Amino acid sequence: MNRKPYVREMPKSWWLGQRRYTIYMVRELTCVLIGAYVLVILVGLFRLSQGPAAYGAFLDALQGPLAIGFHLLAFALALFHTVTWFGLTPKAMPLRFGEKTVPGTAIIMAHYVVWFVVSAGLLLVARV
Amino acid sequence: MTGPVLELEVLRYRPETDQDPAFQSYTVPYNGDWVVLDALNHIKDNIDRTLSFRWSCHMAVCGSCGMMINGEPKLSCHTFLRDYYPGKVRVEPLTNFPIERDLVTVADDFMEKLASVKPYVIAKEDRPVNAGEHLQSPADLNSFKQYTMCINCMLCYAACPQMGLTPDFVGPAALALAHRYNLDTRDAGREERQEIAASNEGVWDCTFVGACSQVCPKAVDPAAAIQQTKIASTVDWYKTLLPPWGK
Repeated sequence: MNRKPYVREMPKSWWLGQRRYTIYMVRELTCVLIGAYVLVILVGLFRLSQGPAAYGAFLDALQGPLAIGFHLLAFALALFHTVTWFGLTPKAMPLRFGEKTVPGTAIIMAHYVVWFVVSAGLLLVARV
Repeated sequence: MTGPVLELEVLRYRPETDQDPAFQSYTVPYNGDWVVLDALNHIKDNIDRTLSFRWSCHMAVCGSCGMMINGEPKLSCHTFLRDYYPGKVRVEPLTNFPIERDLVTVADDFMEKLASVKPYVIAKEDRPVNAGEHLQSPADLNSFKQYTMCINCMLCYAACPQMGLTPDFVGPAALALAHRYNLDTRDAGREERQEIAASNEGVWDCTFVGACSQVCPKAVDPAAAIQQTKIASTVDWYKTLLPPWGK
């Protein structure tokens, strides 16, 4: 028998049609803004090393609407990334004790608790 | 035809005559208790006997009747018409697989990938039959039971965009089964399976889209198995850097 299997091409827009793929792509793209945010921090550290005047100029530059807009967007995407990743943690690290399985919500909540404790600790150290 | 009806659009591909697949529309009687597979069988028996599709058990066990139903990978025996009526139902063969004919896909590549992860118990040593059962505790079983529920229906392969983008990817079901046997207390074959499972085409082609677990009709959660294999493989790698385990 002559076989002639037909191979369908994957359209470039595959991630636009379905919500789950779009959410995945947004989660992947969050890394771009988080990477840019890390660059801003590095520039800040570099300016700090150049002395108070350079650092002051850096802080002034962060007051502009563009910088504030960028930080708000980066913060929103970092939150999206964090929340979606925390939601997936029970899959990667299930906890089982014998026949008992720790519910996924407990693992997710533990991540939020650690996140808030670390954030509060950092704010305390920075005396904000 | 009297009474309510439902329209099915079915992707047809007859390799001896068709250059490309094309949709064909069928009108079937609407019955709220029917699943999509019943409608396809109605077409086959009463309207068009040339329509080809796979099915066997009609009870979500054999894993033969997976299809794209309105763009979503589903078992057609497990998908009720009432969830779509009065809308149309569009039926296509599973994506990420070549089409053999109509709704029948070519599964050879999947079968090879499945075999490559050695999805069976590789015993630590040969046990004579008179040694009796190889016992496991309920706790042992609990650690991998969900992964034993896989019926090889390939819905996860159709849902996974990485399968379409990187066709060499071993894929969710095979990697979930590798994990299942790795976790089995009677098994000693992890090292053999890791050659495939921990390779680039194994777990590292997975970018954790998670769609495989969302479409799985048996709650196997292959995405979980793959992430756990990634963590275990990473730990293996770190161990190679540390004496006295380092090789």
